[in-house]
This record gives sequence, structure tokens and C-alpha cells, in this order.
Amino acid sequence: MQFTINGTVHEADIDVRTSLLDLLREHLGLTGSKKGCDHGQCGACTVLVNGRRINSCLTLAVMHQDDEITTIEGIGTPDELAPLQAAFVKHDGFQCGYCTPGQICSATGMLDEVKKGWPSHVSEALDGQVDLTDTEISERMSGNLCRCSAYPNIVAAIREAAGLAPVEHEVVGEDA
Amino acid sequence: MSNSATLKMDAAAEHSLLDDGVQGLIGQPLDRVDGPKKVAGKAPYSAEYAFDNLAYGVLVGAPFARGRITAIDDTAAMSLPGVLAIVSDPDKFLRNSGQGGQNEAPVQNAHEVFYMHQPVALAVAETFEQARAAAAAVVVRGEPIDGEYDFEARLDTADTPDDGVIPPATSQGDIDQAMVDAAVTVDGIWTTPGQNSAAMEPHVSTAIWDDDGLTLYGAYQMVASDRMQLADALGLDPEQVRIVSAYVGGGFGSKLGISSEAVASAIAAKQLGRPVKTVMTRQQVFDATIRRSNTRQRIRLGADENGVLHAIGHESLSSNLPDEDFFEPAGIATHFLYRGEHRRITHGIVRMNRMLSGSMRAPGEAVGLLALECAMDELAEKLGLDPVELRKRNIPDIDPEKQIPYSARKQVECLEEGAKRFGWDRRNRTPGAMREGEWLIGHGVAAAARTNQLMQSEAVARLTPEGRLVVETDMTDIGTGTYTVLMQIAGEMLGLPADRVDVHLGDSRFPPAAGSGGSWGAGSSGSSVYLACRKLREQLAEKLDCDPAKLTLKDGEAIADNRRVAITDLIGDGLEAHGRIEPGKTSESHTQSGYGAHFCEVRVNAVTGEVRVARWTAVYAAGRILNEKTARSQCYGGIIFGIGAALTEALVHDPRDGRIVNHDLAEYHVPVHADIPQLDVVLLPERDPYANPLQAKGIGELGIAGAGAAVANAVYNATGVRVRDYPLTLDKLLSGLPPV
Ligand code: FES
Ligand code: FES
Repeated sequence: MQFTINGTVHEADIDVRTSLLDLLREHLGLTGSKKGCDHGQCGACTVLVNGRRINSCLTLAVMHQDDEITTIEGIGTPDELAPLQAAFVKHDGFQCGYCTPGQICSATGMLDEVKKGWPSHVSEALDGQVDLTDTEISERMSGNLCRCSAYPNIVAAIREAAGLAPVEHEVVGEDA
Repeated sequence: MSNSATLKMDAAAEHSLLDDGVQGLIGQPLDRVDGPKKVAGKAPYSAEYAFDNLAYGVLVGAPFARGRITAIDDTAAMSLPGVLAIVSDPDKFLRNSGQGGQNEAPVQNAHEVFYMHQPVALAVAETFEQARAAAAAVVVRGEPIDGEYDFEARLDTADTPDDGVIPPATSQGDIDQAMVDAAVTVDGIWTTPGQNSAAMEPHVSTAIWDDDGLTLYGAYQMVASDRMQLADALGLDPEQVRIVSAYVGGGFGSKLGISSEAVASAIAAKQLGRPVKTVMTRQQVFDATIRRSNTRQRIRLGADENGVLHAIGHESLSSNLPDEDFFEPAGIATHFLYRGEHRRITHGIVRMNRMLSGSMRAPGEAVGLLALECAMDELAEKLGLDPVELRKRNIPDIDPEKQIPYSARKQVECLEEGAKRFGWDRRNRTPGAMREGEWLIGHGVAAAARTNQLMQSEAVARLTPEGRLVVETDMTDIGTGTYTVLMQIAGEMLGLPADRVDVHLGDSRFPPAAGSGGSWGAGSSGSSVYLACRKLREQLAEKLDCDPAKLTLKDGEAIADNRRVAITDLIGDGLEAHGRIEPGKTSESHTQSGYGAHFCEVRVNAVTGEVRVARWTAVYAAGRILNEKTARSQCYGGIIFGIGAALTEALVHDPRDGRIVNHDLAEYHVPVHADIPQLDVVLLPERDPYANPLQAKGIGELGIAGAGAAVANAVYNATGVRVRDYPLTLDKLLSGLPPV
């Protein structure tokens, strides 16, 4: 079977039961995508399939022979980080790093959804341009758990990569 | 000249060489050195090493909670394609996971089952899919007997654990009489549920044997003691066992000791003569590793009219398996946080057939302060005192039990600075009085404290002829920032920029370190690196023939007595030094803790009872902050764990067999992005010379201590509903909410 991953065609002889995630991790050596639950509950395995984010543990590899798959390895390398990856480093948007590739793939897909005007549960309107507030970012990223709880920094990183102003803390003390 | 330096902390480290450094690394909010690898998916976690001929293991759990295994029937499993073996070695298989820091094997003997889904066999196959199918096809037979599953019904069977590192029971004065005499009292029972660390990386081991013995790539927090546990469990010399944990996807206590997949993978790999990798399923992480115990805590506070405490009691019960000596030390901070000449702090264990309980982030404080800090809020209300003021009035002059001084302690400053930043003076003290539409608004405060500890730790530092500095220790970085802060310490000490320092961690071939636990990691392993580097400085000074105190090192140059030479001219064929820190008298002479204060605003929906955390300010003091960026992240993590504990996290045990019903991430609710606002975290400048030569205290667990209590106190302020049974789910609030 053939799979197109990060623009490269890979051959693999796999079980029909093999998930897309296990194809990547166990057969192709692309271990950047992580397994946190294998049940679509954590988002650590998020990759892009034809540009859309997907939990790769919840889909069978054999279904994706005609798709363009992008993993964290295709987003940037340690020496040439994509803007989102660099923003995660700068804002410390991770600690253990295990959820991080999933967060970054998810954020990549999420920003594209925003660009297309897709609304979320917290959007003011169902059409028109989305105002990418912190609440919007957090809502749209809630499928990606981070037990180290880097959430405030992940939001800050996504804001920067999306070209938004940095987070400002609301301080209401005397010298506010 | 000996090339090793040992320091026993018998006296305050009044002067730290870190303050003489001019490289400008220490304390700086530097990016993590392992960051680029992690964000690019290139940091290898323990399941991600490639081996030829790798076989896959999947654990099989017992289908009953208590009883004896009579047969493991592998007939159906072995007939499936690709299956290599159904491995069961009940003498050696772990029954319980290991506790942190122990050097002996955890409880073995898997003939007997003591909790539901206890691992009893390992299905091994050519592929993961085949192994998973095989595990499902294994038939485990046994003779189930009755077990103990009802905590509430067994309270009076609790036993008092043996005296250990933490004394289980202390008492002074006459608390019963003092409660009678007190002008104002609080006497209540708080309950907290079991919790799971739920690190995002499941427990995993890959075992491979060669002529030298076993190498295990495992997700572990304490490599040195885990190696001892594993060697003992397998009947090997420690020299025959190597553990590699270069990157660990979170631990929070759950990976302190070895768990069953390590022993099972090792046995299977030996039996089959090929490497075996076993990753626990998420459900197995919940069912068969370690949990934070549920607790039942009675708090008694007795104060005079001025709010000064004279009586303080904290009597708690937690649950564990028979013969396990760990108890949840819920009263640990109550020993020293507040005044009171009449005191009683006790702990008991109720024996049950629930999976092992052990350390999870801030064992003790994390749940103890959920009770104590809410009791303080109730006391403040009864006294008509501001809760910040109540806490300030009860800060002891010296440790009220040990009668010894405190080391650096900015308890007051944390409360005052937090109150100022948060705008605490504008809080409405009347519960249920602030409202915006259908949202009730409330504010709460709680103190944070987490005992500081120093553990023995060793490291080696090496200057290479090319002028690079290499640091090696078997310390781990579980997200704590160890790679980065050790680089900063070493670079500062030897005047080298970040890109000339290489830190290698998580391999038992390196000198044994304290490991990541109890917030002692940075202070302990950092001190060993400090000492090794101090020795290297002395060696450089000797080569330069100058007094080490007069030596300035910067950007690879040594400067002394009006001379300036490249250190590569001094290093020759290379220099090496070994550093070792040991706890000493300062652990006994001074009560050491990090301190903090949490201020929280919640919004509670008056119709649904939904609680949203809207705003947060936390101020901490924990000695020298080694890296402001990574330290702040640790604080965020702690606070958010605390929010989870307050609002959503609870292990639910089936009353019929103790099994954890909600054993996955869909049913056990850790906080998600949408639950968390931006958090305002302030780290006060402080130095603690009694802690270690870095003058730094632990910060990884300080954030969780008290955080959930601030939420609960804010919920009360918003709604007028006091809930003493965590978590504060909406069903517990609904009936008490004011009319819509
Ligand atoms: S591993 Fe796919 S969602 Fe958790
Ligand atoms: S960085 Fe550890 S789980 Fe997100």
C-alpha cells in the first residue's frame, strides 16, 4: 500500500486494523505524532489529512491511500521551525512535550478553519469573519488535552503565530 | 587534586557562586533547550526507539478483583496469527507498582489478585494489532473471593501506618479542651476523591537484552531507584540493568516507581530473545498503575475573638491495599502553616481492594489544603474577619511543633502582593451578592505551601578540549525543564554560553541523581552540577595559578590577575569533575517550604450550577528562581491541576468490585483549554540559603497546593453554598443556588 505523507510516498504492508497513527509510529518511523489514549479522547495524535485536522488514532490507515497526510515532521524541523513551532518554544507552550505535536497540528488546522470563517460553539455569529479571541482559541483547541497544563502559553503562542497582539494580564490592583 | 566535590548541607550556603557568575544565564527566562526537538516531534520518548525484530506486548488484566488465579488459558490466543507467546511468570510479575525512591522490588506474586484488572499476563506478537487481539483472547481463570470495596463502611478499621519519613501522627497540648475553650470554632469533615495523574504519555517499557544484561527504555521519573527495583524484581545485579528515560511525557508521581509493563516486557524479551515493547492502554494506566487516594479529613480550628488560633487539628484517612505503607499525608502542611499551641495531626489507612495509592503531584498538600484552607475561610467568616487578614494573624514566629526557625518565608508578602494585584479589597464579602445576568460572581483566596526537600544527587561535568562543557546525571526531565536549568547552572558556573553546554540525562549509566519527585529535582540535581562545576573552576584556577575566588569565567575565557586566556588553553586533554550533594543538618534545623497565595474569581451559572474560573492571580516565593519561564510554566501546571481537583476530577469506583468505572480521558475529566483563562503568576525574589547552594526551593508542586481551595472559597462567595465534598460538580450546588 502507498501513502503520501509530508509530500513523500511511503510503502507499507499493513494490517487492515492498523490505525493511521500506528502506521506513522510503528511502520514508518514517524514518531512525532503521539498516542495518549488511542480512543479519540486526547488529541495527541492529531495530524492533517488533506489540510484538515483529524485524530489519527480514530481512523484506519487503509482508508487514506489517496490522501495527503501532514504530520508534525512535515510542518517544520528543529533547524527550520514553522512559525507556530517557534512560537510554542518562545512562549513555553509545553512542558513534557508529549501533547505538543498534536497541539501544533491542531492549531495549524484550526487557524485554517478560522480563515475560512467556520464558526465555533462560542462564535458570535454563524457566518462572517471570526474574531479570534482567547475564548475562540481555547474553545477550538479543547480537543487537545495537555496534562502539563500549558494552556495559557499555548494560547499565547497561537496568538502570536496568528499575528495577534500578545496576551495582556488583567490587573485590577491599585497600580493598574 | 581530587576531582570530586561533596557537600552535605550541614550549614547555610550563605554565598552562592551563581551570584558571582557573569555569563548571565541563571534566572533568565530562557527557552527550553529541548524545545525545538519537542515541537518538531524529534524528541525520542520511550516507545519511540527503533529495533530490528521488535515484538509488541499488550498486558492482560484479571477479570475479578480478589482471589486466586488458577489458569491462564492461552489456547485461543496462541491460535491467532502472529502471536509469539502469552507470557505469565506469576512469581516475578508485579502485583503492585513501585513507590518512589524505594530500592527493593515492588510487591510481586501475581498468583493472587488484589484489585480489578491487576496485570497477570503479557500477550506478545509480531505486531501491535496482533498482540491486542491476542490479549483479548486470553482466558484468565480463577477463584474469586469477597473483597473490601466500601470505604465509608470501613472507617473504623483504619490502621496507623508505621513511622517513616513522614510521621503519621503528632499531638501536643489538649486539642479537645482547647476547642471547648475557643471563642470561635470550625469542626468539619471534608472528603476528596481518588485522582489519576493522567500524564499524557502512557506507561511504556521497551526491553532488550544483550550479553551485558537488560536495557529498558522506560517512561520513569527516578532512574537510579527504578533500576534497583527492576534488578531486584528480576533477580539481577543492578550492574546488569540499564534504564534509559531521556524524555518522559509527564509523570506527576505516576512514574516514580516501576510498573508492571517493565517487568513483563523484560521477562518476555528474555524468553523470546527479541526486544519487546509494551505500552499500557489508557485504561490500564487508570486501572493498574497508581492513584492518588481518596481522603476523609476532619479539620478542627479553635480561635480567640481576635482570630488567633489556639487549636488546630487535621485527622485524615486514606485508602490503600493491604501491606502497602503509603498514606496520603494530608496534614503535611498543617504541621507548620499556622499557629496553635494545641495540635493534633493524624493519618490512618483504610485497607481496600482498590489499585495501589501513592504519590501524585504534591502528595499531602494537594488534598490537605483543599480541606484546611476552606476551613480557614469558614473561620474567617464566623469571625467577621477578612480571610487574608486571618491568615496573616496566624503566621507562626517559629515552627509551632518543632520549635525551630523557618528558612526563607515570604508568606505575608505573597498574600499582600496577591491581594493588591487581584483587587481583593474590592471583593464583596456577602455571598451571592454579585451577579451579571445569570452568572453569579465570587472571589476566593487560599494559601499555598509545599515542603522543600533536598535529596542526595550526583553528576559529572567535563570540559572537552574543544571547550565544550558536558554534564551527565541520571536525573530526568519530565517537563520540569531540567535540561534547561542544568545548562543554565553549568554555563553560569563556567562562563560558557548556552550553545557550548550539553546536558545528558535519564540514563542509569550516568551518576545517580535524586530523580524527579517531591519538587526536589532542580535543587538536588542542580546542586550536584553546581558542585561538579565548582570543582572544574578550581581546576581551571590551578592551571592558571590563581585563586579560584578571583577567577572570572565568561564566554569561554578565563580572566584573573589582569590575565585573559581562552579556557581551551587551560583544558588540555580535558578536565572532569564529579559533584555530590547530600542533605544535612539544615533539613532539621530549619523548617523549609515554598509559599504562595492564590486569588480566584469564579462565575457560577445560577440556572445550571456550572462553574467557570474567570480570573486568577497567584504569587509565590520559592527561593532563587532558576529559569523564570519554566518556573512559571510549572506554576500554571500546578494551578490547573488544582482547578481540576476542585471542579472535575474524581475516580469513580464500582462499589461491587472497586474497579475504576471512568478509566479513560473521556470519563475522567482533566481540565481542557476552554476551562482555563489566562493566569497571572508572580514569582517573588527570594533566596533560601538553608535549602541548597543554589538557594533555590522546589516549585513543581507549589502551584497545586491550595489552588482548589481558592476555587471552592470563590464558589461559596458566589453562591453561598459550602461544599465539603470534592469535586464541586453542579449537582452539589444546584439545590442551594439563589432563585433565578
Ligand atoms: S491518541 Fe488519538 S485522540 Fe488520544
Ligand atoms: S506538554 Fe505535557 S501534556 Fe502537554
